[in-house]
Amino acid sequence: MNVVVCVKQIPDPADPGALDPETKTLKRDVKLILDESDSYGVEMALQLVDAAGEGEVRLVSMAPNSERSGLATALAMGAASATLISDPSLLGSDALTTAKMLAAAIADQEVDLVIAGSESSDGYTGTVPAQIAAVLDLPSVTAAKAIEVDGGQVKVQRQTDAGYDDVTCTMPCVVSVTAGVVEPRYPSFKGIMAAKSKPVDEKTVADLGFAADQVGWKGAEQEIIDIAEAPQREAGEVVEDDGEAYLKIIEFLENMKVI
Amino acid sequence: MTLSKIWVVAEAVDGEVATTTLELLTKASELADTVECVYAGDDADDLAETLGEYGCETVYQTGDLDGALVGAPMAAAIADVVEAGDGPDALLAATTYDGRDIAARLSVKLDRTVITNVVDLDLDGDSLVGCEPVFGGTTDVRTRFTSDGPYIVLVRPKSFAAEPSGGSAADVEDLDVPDLGSSGGAVITERHVEESEGPKLDEAAIVVSGGRGLGDPEKYSMVETLAKALGGAAGASRAIVDAGWVPYAYQVGQTGKVVKPDIYLAAGISGATQHLVGMKGSKNIIAINKDPEAPIFAVADLGIVGDVHKVMPQLIEALANR
Repeated sequence: MNVVVCVKQIPDPADPGALDPETKTLKRDVKLILDESDSYGVEMALQLVDAAGEGEVRLVSMAPNSERSGLATALAMGAASATLISDPSLLGSDALTTAKMLAAAIADQEVDLVIAGSESSDGYTGTVPAQIAAVLDLPSVTAAKAIEVDGGQVKVQRQTDAGYDDVTCTMPCVVSVTAGVVEPRYPSFKGIMAAKSKPVDEKTVADLGFAADQVGWKGAEQEIIDIAEAPQREAGEVVEDDGEAYLKIIEFLENMKVI
Repeated sequence: MTLSKIWVVAEAVDGEVATTTLELLTKASELADTVECVYAGDDADDLAETLGEYGCETVYQTGDLDGALVGAPMAAAIADVVEAGDGPDALLAATTYDGRDIAARLSVKLDRTVITNVVDLDLDGDSLVGCEPVFGGTTDVRTRFTSDGPYIVLVRPKSFAAEPSGGSAADVEDLDVPDLGSSGGAVITERHVEESEGPKLDEAAIVVSGGRGLGDPEKYSMVETLAKALGGAAGASRAIVDAGWVPYAYQVGQTGKVVKPDIYLAAGISGATQHLVGMKGSKNIIAINKDPEAPIFAVADLGIVGDVHKVMPQLIEALANR
């Protein structure tokens, strides 16, 4: 069974940087890491291929500047190879363009299952997995917290607001996973060394059959017209617990007339 | 200047119109002359009165989908109407699991972008501008559609106040779902409910949430006890949901539920940006955390620098003795 995992390389959320007021895109001068949300998908894929006893996990990713450090992490975890769509014209691409690019890179592969994170930890659009499915005309199950492959079907526990639904889906299909679905493994030293020789196939926008003006800001059909600091809450009283700070809370609740 | 027609993706919870749908209808009524709904299901007759009260004139329903996940059939059905020339200028859906699926698939069908995570929406000529908070709500980005409609917008819950406009019951009409071919293979076989007792997390007037600072899973019971004592709902940070202490239905944050209660009490939550986005709209915030540098204190009206294992039991006992 061959599983493709879509992964995003993002600035470390602990140090997210800022929006560049000139280009109106995320400043990417910091080192990018594998989005933690995607590490769950990589782990899930590795476990499914392991359970199937055959096949491999491949990665697809998109970045404007040949960035590979996040891919290296996923390869070190055990993925066999990666396709990196990299092209300066991709800067400013919306989720739809991203999905078209990833789908184009997936379309010419033999694949049984496509896995992605439910949403990236920097952009949070949460639409890319279902958009990839729609481009490829495949069924999709989003927000999966457990996946099992059974014959030609996947069985998924899909998050809902109230709990979860059991969903079955024909294969091939696209499944997006939530954080916590599995415990991502740490790359071993052996894995890190092996990753260095694993193939990363770099493709341009033209390689995938698109023109530069179909992607990036030009293809996005949306423009950022304003970036402003949001009004912030003011911090209130902060007290050190001297053993009776709970009384402060009681007093606060009384003042609010909830007790 | 207003748009001539907006469609709102209507959703129902336990047979009632979802609050998020009413929020969207209220905003849509400000922005467009005609507001209509699209709905995945066959019970729109039961919803028509409420939908009409909030400004919806007609609700188009798909009928029974035999358990299919709604993204593919809804997107295909809506795209058919748009392609026939009867579509709206804009389609608003809430940032819910199904709302995202519908918007995502529709964007591909129509080759139109989606503006996501919107918390405010304005007209700009005959285009729409969505405001989305980034970096944990420290920065607002306003994004405008530059192409022709339909504009597809995903709106975060609780962005708008729901206000009835006193309309009569919406008309109910059919929304035809075409053959989905290979994209229609996802079917729900069973539903599981794992919500806690008491008020719903995203509707409760008081929310008590716990995080990693609780130390171990058993200590979460303090959060539940305190929530119950205050007649509120229990929530959680992403860290302890990911760690498997409590189900995802408890999660407050960017991923998870947006809450805006009168009082939000955060116990052992440091206040990662991911969490702050989901709760900083609360009217009053109380935080208990042992780290004086925790970002949660920057948004708290009352911050207690202390050990949750000491403060919470004292608080619970004091409330029990009242």
